[in-house]
Amino acid sequence: MSDKIKKVSIIVSKGSLDGVYPGLIMGNGARMEGIEANIFFTFFGLYAVLKKYMGSIKIATVGNPAMRVPDAKGFPLPTILGAIPGMSAFATHMMNKEMDALDIPPIPEFIEMIHDAGGKLYACKATVDMFHLTKDDFCPQVEKVLTVGEFYELAGGGQIIFT
Amino acid sequence: MPTKTLAGTPVDTDDEGYLVNHSQWNKDVAAALAAEDGITLTDRHWKVIDFIDADFKERGVVPGMRRMNKVGNIPTKDLYALFPDGPIKKAARISGYPKPVSCV
Repeated sequence: MSDKIKKVSIIVSKGSLDGVYPGLIMGNGARMEGIEANIFFTFFGLYAVLKKYMGSIKIATVGNPAMRVPDAKGFPLPTILGAIPGMSAFATHMMNKEMDALDIPPIPEFIEMIHDAGGKLYACKATVDMFHLTKDDFCPQVEKVLTVGEFYELAGGGQIIFT
Repeated sequence: MPTKTLAGTPVDTDDEGYLVNHSQWNKDVAAALAAEDGITLTDRHWKVIDFIDADFKERGVVPGMRRMNKVGNIPTKDLYALFPDGPIKKAARISGYPKPVSCV
């Protein structure tokens, strides 16, 4: 077998459901394999760790040409229909139901699971300043607000994955 | 398919050391499998193994982390402390079940 990965640092930069979950699944999956994991939340990805909003992350139904209804093998959803009020909430509800059946936790619970598994969570300083946020706005699992330089420092010796 | 003797019992395993035939598993085999991972089984380990065993018999799959938490009442932190660097995989192997197939 080739060299085992020992450490990953994952950047979550998007605030939609499909923007957040891949990073969380990869981070959690790393810990499950005994791989050290850091997750760095930046730009709208920060919403996954903001106390007030982390429980209401939604899937985007506009500008997503792969979106199909009523399921993944159904008809393409025209962007104009995706814009109907409630469409995003509905699609999110459907997807959450599917994930719950697979025992994929809701975002707040997933963040707690990764933290308890020894994964480290960080927020990006540039975005925190730009969005006028403070450390108190984040869920307690967030270790620290980091500059990009500090992020590179702690990512040293491992792989960096941007999502 | 490799065959080896654990605690005096011959067992068949796959290439990664998971038992292929659960009927060859017993408590002494579990202790020997745990020893291969450097783990000495305690009552707290057995709570996990017993839950995996009962849940596998009921559903036919190794429970994932969330099910361990919610149904088995075993916190994530405990699982990582008891079976370091790969809690579900190690616990499944020691319990005599196949490698977990879930991503979460």
